[in-house]
Amino acid sequence: MDLLKFITAGSVDDGKSTLIGRLLYDTDSILDDQLEAIQRANRKNNDGTIDLAILTDGLKAEREQGITIDVAYKYFQTDKRKFIIADTPGHIQYTRNMVTGASNADLAIILIDARKGVIEQTRRHSFIVSLLAIPNVLVCVNKMDMVDYDEAVFAKIKSDYEQLTENLRINQVDFIPVSALKGDNIAAPSANMPWYEGTYLLNFLETVDTHQPNTEQQARFPVQWVIRPQTAALPDYRGYAGRVVGGSFNVGDQVAVLPSGFSSRITQIELAGESLNTAEDGISVVIHLADDLDISRGDMLVKQDEQPAVSQEFEADICWMDTKPLDISQVYLIQHHGKTTKIKLQDIRYKVDVNTLEKTTDGHFGLNDIGKIQFKSADPLAFDEYARNKSNGGAILIDSRNNLTVAALMIAKATA
Amino acid sequence: MDYLDQLEAEAIHILREVAGQFENPALLFSGGKDSITLVHLAEKAFRPGKFPFPLVHIDTGHNFPETIAFRDELIARLGEKLIVGYVQDSIDAGKVVEQKGKNASRNMLQTVTLLDTIAEHKFDACIGGARRDEEKARAKERIFSVRDEFGQWDPKRQRPELWNVYNGRIHKGENVRVFPISNWTELDVWNYIRRENIKLPSIYFSHERNVITRNGQLMAAAEFLNMDHEDIVEYRKVRFRTVGDMTCTAAVLSEAFEIDDIIEEIQQSKISERGARMDDKVSEAAMEDRKKGGYF
Repeated sequence: MDLLKFITAGSVDDGKSTLIGRLLYDTDSILDDQLEAIQRANRKNNDGTIDLAILTDGLKAEREQGITIDVAYKYFQTDKRKFIIADTPGHIQYTRNMVTGASNADLAIILIDARKGVIEQTRRHSFIVSLLAIPNVLVCVNKMDMVDYDEAVFAKIKSDYEQLTENLRINQVDFIPVSALKGDNIAAPSANMPWYEGTYLLNFLETVDTHQPNTEQQARFPVQWVIRPQTAALPDYRGYAGRVVGGSFNVGDQVAVLPSGFSSRITQIELAGESLNTAEDGISVVIHLADDLDISRGDMLVKQDEQPAVSQEFEADICWMDTKPLDISQVYLIQHHGKTTKIKLQDIRYKVDVNTLEKTTDGHFGLNDIGKIQFKSADPLAFDEYARNKSNGGAILIDSRNNLTVAALMIAKATA
Repeated sequence: MDYLDQLEAEAIHILREVAGQFENPALLFSGGKDSITLVHLAEKAFRPGKFPFPLVHIDTGHNFPETIAFRDELIARLGEKLIVGYVQDSIDAGKVVEQKGKNASRNMLQTVTLLDTIAEHKFDACIGGARRDEEKARAKERIFSVRDEFGQWDPKRQRPELWNVYNGRIHKGENVRVFPISNWTELDVWNYIRRENIKLPSIYFSHERNVITRNGQLMAAAEFLNMDHEDIVEYRKVRFRTVGDMTCTAAVLSEAFEIDDIIEEIQQSKISERGARMDDKVSEAAMEDRKKGGYF
């Protein structure tokens, strides 16, 4: 069985949490004692039905305010697939939390209120989805029951949204008209919208293919830890432990060690003492090389003929995530896999107005601001363009004064 | 990759990040299935080398004897170091006061012993087996969860956590709680235990024992429960879905003798795993409040 990770994004009253509650409820994923807790909490909708939103609002402050502040992860499965939902906040104040949830998603569900249509927040959420390179978007036009299940409303929103995404980098967009509150087109086809010929939400989630064609990734293996038992039985054992983040490695492959550039050959790939011929994308293994080289945490093994950029200077899209604004005179730290090194912000290329998508030269980067910046790091980094390999093109910025994660970096290209 | 392979690979990656980023980490071991799974994953992450951390058990003194026997056998097989923090020591030192009455439990007292043990050994990271599907406050917690010098979790000040990059930088005195199996569900853990043939304490499987009914839950009849004449002892066929302290872990009636039966039982169950935990029933925000106070 495979696993689909998706986020749900929408603005405050789009019914996002209700949609998730409905999905869980209709797939029998809510257990009796959890339902009982909801009933105890006594939050009801206007028509007297249970408010399913309370299922995802896990913090006291969220329940008090009736809004989602931080990402909540929910898990359910059907006979066909397992799902991890990252329920992300829609409010602009919590954009960074949406970015957190979006970083590992294969699919984004964007909710649009049928009565309101495409609004500023839709634009912002879609921009973040494209920035984080989530391959697929599903637009759920919600609250169809409040517009009399009118086909024209759905068609107008669909066309508006298609126009909006013309300038965004999104691989595939689909549309479903739903009512999360009434359960229309959620876990079964709706009888209220005979004009709609597509599938319903759950079936879509069970069958969607988020694998991007033409994006064959190159093999990358960041070394996390060196295993050296140095015991009487294993005096010379030296294994490089890490996780493959793109492509695959085979025993016998010629590899380069970055950033040093030394080369060697893979003699063995191990998982829990068993030898494998191939380490595929995503697997955590131990790799052995033919030569004794100086390799430690922070180094990366790549195939000899598939090398990434190795550079100290690069441009990256960034999302600022700290309440303290960006200070261009400050030296920050960048964490990229197992490597952490000092980094300078050399030049602010531009900032994007996330609501209009216009680029501005405003140099002030505060909480939730997005733009492009030129960086220079103290040590060279081995990276790929984020759009080609998220894991090897994504990094975080840390403020060394308080150790907080202050920005997400999506590396665009090396500039030197 | 199959989903269990994906979950395994993610957990191993997280464990190795702990080894790489911290000076003095520890693995919190309760003797329950989740921490036993963590130990199995640590073997996959670090063998044939030694674990780069000791196992730490916070012992309430009210454990199931089966759990302690299992723990000691496991440690002997692994050849790794075990550190035990005793709640009794915190009580004897006057740092905490034992609860009184029928529903008295040392569950809340554990937090003090845990924080003292962390301080005594200067642990900068503590690996735990908590999962996001267990409870709604846990559903909100990061994989690397920074605790301040008082051990407190501040849900409003969580660091953004992106891709597979975990920021473990802290100031002296702070520590990070790390949850490698955050994304596993109860069923995932059981399916993994079956696939990997992981040994568990016997109380997870159906067995006969004396139980009493308290607040609608079946509790093992033990001296720690302050039983009196109102408690009617019955001999029933039960098993435990979670293994904590005897005073807060309820049993379920069960005929599940084998892992296959347990998986079948969980799939049919209409009650969540933590539905049998008295400690979560105190209030709507019981877990959030305990975490803010420094709990696991």
